[in-house]
Order: sequence, then structure tokens, then C-alpha cells
Amino acid sequence: MAAAGESAEQFRARVRAWLAAQATGLTGSGSDDVVEQAKRFQAALYDAGFAGISWPAEYGGQGKDATLQQVFNEEASGYELPTSPFMIGMGMCGPTLVDLGTPEQKTRHLRPLLRGEEIWCQLFSEPGAGSDVASLQTKAVADGDGWLLNGQKVWTSNAQWADFGAVLARTNTDVPKHKGITMFIVDMRAPGVEVRPLRDMTGKSPFNEVYFDDVRLPGNAVIGAVDAGWQAAVTMLGHERVSIGSSARRRYDPLASQNLVELAAELDTGTEPDVRAGLVDLYAAERVLSLFNTRLQQEADAGKAPGARGSVSKLAGALLLWRAVEVAGSVAGPRAIAWDPEDEGDQLAVAINGTPASSIAGGTNQIQRGIIGERILGLPKEPQVDRDVPFRELRVGTQTSG
Amino acid sequence: MRLILDDEQQQLSATVHKVLADHAPATRVREVMTSDVGEDTDLWRRLSSELGVAGLVVPERFGGSGAGHVERCVVAEELGAALTPVPFFASAVLAVDTLLGLGDDEACAEFLPTVVSGESVAAVAMATADGMWGAKPLPVQAESTGDGWQLTGTAPYVLSGMLADVLLVYARTPDGTGVFAVRPDASGMTRVAARTLDPTRRIARLDFAAAPARRLGTGDAGELRRSVGELAAIALAAEQVGGMRRVLDMTVDYAKVRVQFGRAIGSYQAVKHTCADMYSDTEQAISALRYAAWAADHDRDALPGAAALAQLYIGPSYFRAAANAVQLHGGIGYTWEHDAHLYYKRAKSSELLFGGARQARERLAGLLDLPGGS
Repeated sequence: MAAAGESAEQFRARVRAWLAAQATGLTGSGSDDVVEQAKRFQAALYDAGFAGISWPAEYGGQGKDATLQQVFNEEASGYELPTSPFMIGMGMCGPTLVDLGTPEQKTRHLRPLLRGEEIWCQLFSEPGAGSDVASLQTKAVADGDGWLLNGQKVWTSNAQWADFGAVLARTNTDVPKHKGITMFIVDMRAPGVEVRPLRDMTGKSPFNEVYFDDVRLPGNAVIGAVDAGWQAAVTMLGHERVSIGSSARRRYDPLASQNLVELAAELDTGTEPDVRAGLVDLYAAERVLSLFNTRLQQEADAGKAPGARGSVSKLAGALLLWRAVEVAGSVAGPRAIAWDPEDEGDQLAVAINGTPASSIAGGTNQIQRGIIGERILGLPKEPQVDRDVPFRELRVGTQTSG
Repeated sequence: MRLILDDEQQQLSATVHKVLADHAPATRVREVMTSDVGEDTDLWRRLSSELGVAGLVVPERFGGSGAGHVERCVVAEELGAALTPVPFFASAVLAVDTLLGLGDDEACAEFLPTVVSGESVAAVAMATADGMWGAKPLPVQAESTGDGWQLTGTAPYVLSGMLADVLLVYARTPDGTGVFAVRPDASGMTRVAARTLDPTRRIARLDFAAAPARRLGTGDAGELRRSVGELAAIALAAEQVGGMRRVLDMTVDYAKVRVQFGRAIGSYQAVKHTCADMYSDTEQAISALRYAAWAADHDRDALPGAAALAQLYIGPSYFRAAANAVQLHGGIGYTWEHDAHLYYKRAKSSELLFGGARQARERLAGLLDLPGGS
């Protein structure tokens, strides 16, 4: 239980002892029921006082300083916690409700999320709205005291398990694209919601397409204000960047330099000059990026907000993975092409095939470079042909906006 | 570990920045680099006596301030940003670290006060013919003459070797590596000014033919030479980071004002994204530098790895940034009049100095327990 007046070091000791007792041996995957395991673990976190450490106490959080969340994350980085179904709820949707939700919304949703009873997903991207999220076409039309939702979302992680989603929909087509969007809470079990799994290039289905066909939303489903959904989206994306930036690296990552060094020793390829150089350069890039992240954290603790510099972390992390794929190939050689069924080649293959996600998901490398160039370096924007044009007159994706 | 500067360190940075902006603008750098001496001796005396830049890691009893390596790196960053042609590296880094590491209080008391005050300039011969400070045999041999020593051989790549009036030479002795002081007018010593890729850093070759010398300290200085090399790599990394920041600023400023096809070139993604990559590299380089400087002050066990990491990551990054600066300035960036080429030359030269990325990579491979290698 949370002790009053506990110091950061006492808190750390309590976290360490709890994790050692409760999280040792957990893998976060491979369980026959990922969702059941996640719910049990999240409930245990809540009971121990480690869920929503910096969230308001009146809605089920611990009401503590944000630095204690960092302490928890540091202690947890040595474990693989089975909480992935809750990552979007805890990292993005929940914090956005804390910022923008009505007291009624907070009371209804935050505690069940913290206790591991309800899973959330985030519904922003569409087939015609990828990097340019504001060009989205899913529509919510006023209907009595509520709304009718129609459209299609894509790349929706966790939708197959989700109880609720935060959805962006167009509520006004007579104004420019950023000004006619609203964010809603949608009940993912409501009639008219259809979730279809989407296979990614590794062959797995971690994300989905979601279809809305005349889904009824009550009037109190609006997060923030009507037509102010873009601001709500920016709030949520800010939480996302922090969430990605602070998320612990998986304990076993076949593309981590240390594991590639071990693989090279096992396959006896580490004495080749190009393999050696590749491994050392990969280690250096990995270490330097981790020093950058530490420095960013120290600056934040000293009162200087990271701002858009989270984009450096995201961009450099993606470039690092691509370098690791190259080094992995030189280390493994033909063993990356074909392997005996009982060997461990699958893990490397999945890592190689999963790497493109790092430079696309959560904002492509191109988008991150644009953010760095414009928001940090102050370089001028591209001429924006759609900024002041009513949405109904725009072309979107490969279609007209209709 | 601490990777951010405190208020006093930021103040030091601002002070040095202002002095260099006032007294060593690019026009002055160009004047000095085309002069015979090639080093701004007046400015060096001023920086040493008024700001104490040569004594930041020197204890007070030898005339320094005993501040630390983080502070010395703060100064090196500003010198690297302004390409200031002063004997900082020879005197305030290589010579100071060598003297302090010898454990010879007499030698420290004899040389350090005037080196710290800027009255004398000290240079150090420590490289092998391949430009490294690694395991290969030193090119200078010392022989005992009964009441003294004499040196024979050729010492290459001696920074500020023409200007220096105190010459410290790492040489082979029958009992390992020794450090020797040679008088500037010693018989049997010839100094030859090398021609250099980087016009803002003067380098000499020292030829010894039975030149009389005095041994400093006792015992094998092989480990000392190695740690002096590591500390030099960190100070060099600071210079490089300063240069990276400056070429990034120059390039971004230019991209905001240069108009082609009706708009500022910085609005084009090809230009903007290259600037973003330069920024990303620079921010990471700063982080590697701060870690290495912190390790030099607070964690000597981590020093070899931190120094090699900084050298391996930052050297190539600076050259990439400097090359991109020339590229994004276009034709004007390729002219003698524009300063971009000075950074380009400094970056390539620094990337290869003190063993370069190649030696750093080999060091890290050893620390990672990678098999093989030479």
C-alpha cells in the first residue's frame, strides 16, 4: 500500500521488492491467453498502488509526482511485463481523459482502466489519412441528442480486444480540415462496429481495420469540445511520444548489439573485419542514443521540457534498427536465410521483417524530420495548399473527399 | 552520471564565446592561418592569463584552478566552434595531462605555472608513424649517457611543434616508455613544419640525432601515454561538437534566407530533412561528449570506453555535418571566401587525429570482448 510521506528511494525499494516477487519469470507473450494474463497483472499493479502513479487520486490514480513513474519504469525495465493490451489506454487515452475529460467521463472510465477491467484503442489513421491525419473522412453527423458515426479506420492496435476507443471524426466539412474534427469515446461493442484483423508483413496480426456503420454515439461521448478534436489529437499524440520514448526496451531483442555479439561468437563470424566493425559501430550508435535519452530526461527533471526533441529519439531509434538489420545479416549470413525447425532463426526473421514498422508507425521518419526542421530549427513550412480551403473541396489520399 | 551543464559551466561557455567573438572573428582566424607562425600567440596569452583556459584541470598549487574536464571541454567546444588557431591542444591538453600524470612534482612545479599562464607553450611528441598512440613501438629511442639521456629518431604529428618552447617527448628506453624534456635550442634536434590539410592547426615533425634530453618522472610511462591519448580524444570530441553546432547554425540560417524557385530553400524537404539529420547527429554527439567528460572527472574505470565511444561516434558525424554544410550552401560554400571549407578541413583532419575512428573501434571491440583483431 502507498505509504504517506514515502521518499523516492523508499518508493524505489518498494517497487523493486514487489516486481521481484510478482513479475519474475513473466514473459509478456507466449501465454495462451494474453488478455487474461494482462488483466490479472494490471489488477495486481492497481492493488499494490503502482497503477496510474501520477494520475489524480480521486479517479483511482496515486496522485504522486511524475518522477516516481520514471522510477517505476526504471525498475521495470529489467522485466517483460505482460501489459501490452493496456499500453494505449494507459499511455495515451487515459492521460488525454485526465487532461480533457468531463468529471463524468473520468469517473466512468479511469478507474476501470487502471484496474485492468477495460481495454482501449486509438482510432486516428484511415486509408486516406496517414501522415496527414487531419484529412480524415470518417463522419459523425448530429442525430437527436447524439451522433451517428460512419467510416473506416486502419492500423488500429488492440482493437480486437478493446472495450472502448478514442475516435476522431469529421463533424464539419464547411471549414478547413483541422477545424472540423471532433474526438469521441466509442463503445467498441456497440452495434455497427466491425473489427477485421489486418496482417502485417511479419505475418502476424497486431493491428486491425475498424468499420463504423451507423454507430450511435451519445451526446456525452465528446472528448473536449465539438470541432476541437485536432487539439485533443495533438494532446494525445504528445502523450504517445512520451509513451514511446519512455517505454522499456524488450529484454530479449535479437537486433540488440549485445545479442548480435553473442550470435557472432556462436557462429564464429565475429573475427571477420567487416562484422567486427559493424558490431562495434552498432554498439556505439545504441549507446549514444541511450545517452541522448538520459540527457533529455535529466533536462526534463531540471525543468527544460523535451518539446519536439522526442522526434530525435524516435528518428534515431528507427535508423538504429535499420543499421542493426544490416549488421545482423553480416553476422548471421546464410543462417538468416534458412534454418532447421528446431533452431532459433524465427526470432531473427521476425525482427528483420518487423523493422520497417519502426520508421513508419507513430509518424514516419519523413514526418519526424519535418517536425525537427520546422519546430526545432525554425525552417519554413512547405507551401500548404489545403490550409485555408473548406474540407469539402479537398482531394484526400487517392480519392476526393466527398 | 550527469549529462547537463550547471549554471557556472554555462557561464564559462558564454564568457569564452564572447571573448572569441570579440577578439577572434573569422577575419582574424584567416589572418593568423596565413601568417608564418600560424597561431594567435597574443590571444593565447590573453585566454590563458585572463580566463585561465590552460589551467582548468591543473591544481591550484601549480597555478591552475582545479576545475575539471567538463570545464575544459566547455572551453574546447567554443575554440572548436570558432576554429581559433591557438596552441590549446598542445599546451592545455597534451602537455598538461602528461605533466600531471608523471607523478613528478618537481617537473610540474618547473613547467606548469608558465604553461598555465601562457608565458610558455608546450608541445608533446607521442604519436607513432601511423598517427596513433597505440601499442606500436615509439619512433624515438632514448639512450642513457651516464649523466643524462639523448634521443634519436623521428617524431611525427607534433601539434604546435614549431611554436613550442617546451618539448615533451615520449620515447623508448631500456625499461619501457619514458617522457623526456628537450630544450628548444638543443643540438641534434631539427624541427620541420608539416604541410597540413587543416590550415588552422599547425603540426611539426621533430628529427632527433643524439639530441640531449632530460628524463621526467620514473618508471614506465606506457599507461600514461594511453590515458593522455584518451583525455585528448575527449577534448578533441569537444572541439568537434563545437564545430558541429556551428556548421548546423550556419546552414540553418542560410537555408532560411536563400531563396530559389520563389521560396526559402529550407522549406524544401531535401534541404530541411538534411538539416534535421545534422541536428539529430549533433544532439547525440553532445550526449556522448558530456558522458565522456563526466567520466574523465568522476569515473576513471569508464574512461577508456567513454573516450573511444566519443571518438568513434563524433569524428565521422562532424565530417558528415561539415560536408553537408558545404553541400547545402551550394556554389558559395565551395569558395575560399566562405568559411564552410575551413570546417570541412578541420572536421576531416580531426576525424583522423589521435588514431581516429579506426583505433577507437579497435579499443571498443576489446572492451566488448570481440575476438580477433590485430
